Amino acid sequence: MTELLNGNGALSLVPKADGKQSLRDFKTDQEVRWCPGCGDYAILAAVQSFLPELGLRRENITFVSGIGCSSRFPYYMNTYGFHSIHGRAPAIATGLATSRPDLSVWVVTGDGDALSIGGNHLIHALRRNVNLKILLFNNRIYGLTKGQYSPTSETGKITKSTPMGSLDAPFNPLSLAIGAEGTFVARTIDSDRKHLQSVLRAAAQHRGTALVEIYQNCNIFNDGAFDPLKDPAVRDDITVRLEHGQPIVFGAEGQKALRRTPSGSFEVVATADVDPAEIAVHDAHHPDPSQAFALSRLDSPAFEHTPIGIFRDVDRPSYDELLREQVDEAVERQGPGDLAELLRSGDTWRI
Amino acid sequence: MTKQVEQLDRVIIRFAGDSGDGMQLTGDRFTQETAAFGNDLSTLPNFPAEIRAPAGTLPGVSSFQLHFADHDILTPGDAPDVLVAMNPAALKANLGDLPRGADLIVNTDEFTRRNLAKVGYAADPVEDGTLEEYRVHALPLTSMTVTALTGYEISKKDAERAKNMFALGLLSWLYHRPTEGTLAFLERKFAKKPEIMKANVAAFQAGWNYGETTEAFSVQYQVKPAEHAPGLYRNITGNVALAYGIVAAGQRSGLPVYLGSYPITPASDILHELSKHKRFGVRTFQAEDEIAAVGAALGASFGGSLGVTTTSGPGIALKSETIGLAVATELPLLVIDVQRSGPSTGMPTKTEQADLLQAMHGRNGEAPVPVIAPRSPSDCFDAALEAARIAVKYRTPVILLSDGYLANGSEPWKLPEVDTLPVIEPGFAAPGQEDFQPFARDPETLARPWAVPGTPGLEHRIGGLEKADGSGNISYDPANHDRMTRLRQAKVDGIAADIEPLAVDDPSGAARVLVLGWGGTFGAISAAVREVRAAGGLVAQAHLRHLNPFPANLEPVLRSYDRVVVPEINLGQLALLLRGRFLIDVISYNQVRGLPFKSEELAGVLRDVIDRD
Repeated sequence: MTELLNGNGALSLVPKADGKQSLRDFKTDQEVRWCPGCGDYAILAAVQSFLPELGLRRENITFVSGIGCSSRFPYYMNTYGFHSIHGRAPAIATGLATSRPDLSVWVVTGDGDALSIGGNHLIHALRRNVNLKILLFNNRIYGLTKGQYSPTSETGKITKSTPMGSLDAPFNPLSLAIGAEGTFVARTIDSDRKHLQSVLRAAAQHRGTALVEIYQNCNIFNDGAFDPLKDPAVRDDITVRLEHGQPIVFGAEGQKALRRTPSGSFEVVATADVDPAEIAVHDAHHPDPSQAFALSRLDSPAFEHTPIGIFRDVDRPSYDELLREQVDEAVERQGPGDLAELLRSGDTWRI
Repeated sequence: MTKQVEQLDRVIIRFAGDSGDGMQLTGDRFTQETAAFGNDLSTLPNFPAEIRAPAGTLPGVSSFQLHFADHDILTPGDAPDVLVAMNPAALKANLGDLPRGADLIVNTDEFTRRNLAKVGYAADPVEDGTLEEYRVHALPLTSMTVTALTGYEISKKDAERAKNMFALGLLSWLYHRPTEGTLAFLERKFAKKPEIMKANVAAFQAGWNYGETTEAFSVQYQVKPAEHAPGLYRNITGNVALAYGIVAAGQRSGLPVYLGSYPITPASDILHELSKHKRFGVRTFQAEDEIAAVGAALGASFGGSLGVTTTSGPGIALKSETIGLAVATELPLLVIDVQRSGPSTGMPTKTEQADLLQAMHGRNGEAPVPVIAPRSPSDCFDAALEAARIAVKYRTPVILLSDGYLANGSEPWKLPEVDTLPVIEPGFAAPGQEDFQPFARDPETLARPWAVPGTPGLEHRIGGLEKADGSGNISYDPANHDRMTRLRQAKVDGIAADIEPLAVDDPSGAARVLVLGWGGTFGAISAAVREVRAAGGLVAQAHLRHLNPFPANLEPVLRSYDRVVVPEINLGQLALLLRGRFLIDVISYNQVRGLPFKSEELAGVLRDVIDRD
């Protein structure tokens, strides 16, 4: 279990529910319209069954989304919701979160929405550390527009728009988020509900922007994209489960480990072959992001070894808090605004 | 020595110099003194987009024109009576606007061979007869300033920079301006640099004293205070008036103001101004781009704030999709467009009225948006309040079209009594309704409920997908889309019943020609109308504040005249709307020079139309 930093930072101003809540409280009467077998169903169920645990008043939770398959999410959550326009959810959610400290604001987005058309808003939300929890459903394909390559598709991807293979080098969303001064950066998988919920739990409490990349299968246009991480035969050998404060070992028997190289990157070593002191210990709270960044670089399209969990979780005041402080300070220093006095400010004369 | 004092009823002064010469500051100070003295006034700053174009060049010329009078005036004036040219570039750039016989004060220290060559003067125009037609006062302003500042512990550069204060002192003497305001201003501005402060005060006083003692000026002028309605006055620019109007809208609605903005000329000053007023609970958010700025404002509106975004034409283009989202989600949103010359980047510091059609139609789908335009710098205050009132009452984005001329121009403003300002009722949806219908409509306004997050029992989802009438569920039903499209249009059209009818000014009651304008051209058109009437011409005048919807009486007004002239600083955008809407063939008069209309030219246009058979 990851240690929580500043446990109540994000939610201290959000009113708590009177009674116990259940999954049913968060379901709507809307028919869910994702394709049968879509990974989004699992994420929806995980979120709906996780929220009662937070115990927040339902009306004080808001889901904001952009455009894409994942962005239908708010319609299925019995909270307030805003299904906005392509790529803009972080911007709209920023206005909401920075004006309403009593809300828990979640952004649901996809790899195209967040990283292509909305890339600018994403990086700026991260650097500002706005109190948003961003769930980035990464299926490495455009689903709603029926199967074009996305900014996380592997180079050479054959799709409808790239019959000879895509030319772009993909984004690594976590490297991007860490580079954009993200204070909470994590990865999880749609099919691993327990892990997904543990990450959500930490994200919900985080002070500022939490970016959670969720590997999500699109069974229509990019089926099996994350199969190695789900295949019981190999998944334990390639999944690096990050736990703060723990040595980074993986493999079914813990036979592999990560060691920092002199250049700062990580290499995979056999646990038995190295001095235990050489095995890297995961420090999600380290102020220097270079270790988290190096961990994010381990992932590759071939899934040789893929870290999941919380890469980075550091404490920094959220933009919302700072903005509130400035307003409070202005009132404290100058007194509450007096409109008549404002209009009279500067040089005046009477006739 | 005793000077002769001549009475004038009005004066137009233009200060011109290099953009580093402090001409805007000089003009602004002269304006404040003039306002304090009680003249009516109107100003026109004109400056390059470049922050510091190469010194001494034509593109680097910055100017500030001020028109002041002992009676009410409407424009910054067509042509200056006095030009202060701080260098050859300022002379060359402005001489064409100067009528014969005008006073011309030139700073000869800057008329060096090198500076003359920079702007293509082969010989010194001060000496070669070029300026024969003017009353030239050739003065070494820089060196007189430096001499006056001997003994102050400041650098030569700082001493030279104080020449604008010397010029201001001289002009202040020439026109009998009070000086207390400027002295107090200098003390404030340079509070942390006492030597610089003392030097600037000394330069200002030296300029004044020079006027009093020199023989170069034998006449001193007086312009008596104008007769204003009693009250407390201040001078105000359009951008500050907009900012105050937004603060007032927040106060009069009880809604916290949330401004999402991205810096853009000529709108940035609204962001600057509002960012000072956090004590009113105003939150200002400088976004990463125009899209995020309007997005954050809309997100804040969803949360129950008065969401506002401020920009200019290129920014509106970027915000269009979000404005469409605000139309679809039917949330209040105030969008301010301080228009500038386009297309594309155009001329950022120059004015234009060419965003009207963009405001009306610049979105995908049928996306009607109310459009409002202020007519003068101080009217920006009332227009902002009116735009906010409509946005909140009708749950709709509203576009307010200011322009670069209103934004930076200034005029005296009689301060309103705060208690008389309109009250705006947010009318949030009450908690705990059974079977809440987020798209049920108020039968009178057709507005939907504003149910903000945090309200128990009203949890609902909105978005850009078409919604079913009433329930707000996603709907692809053809009949529903047709109904919702017509409802959104009807809601905006219905605002016509809730706005002032168009007022027509026709003292004779016999005019057959109507001149109809909108927005920032009010002053120039009114001055032209005054001029035509003074010569016995008959012309009626009306000015639109509401461009969408039009006032309910607009069509009968237009039909009651033989001819309607529509002057616009675009190629006929209102004219197109009027023809399309009413099948009335108005006469369009257009200029797109980046400058306000000259009233004399407009008067000529009106006379031509009146004289047509």
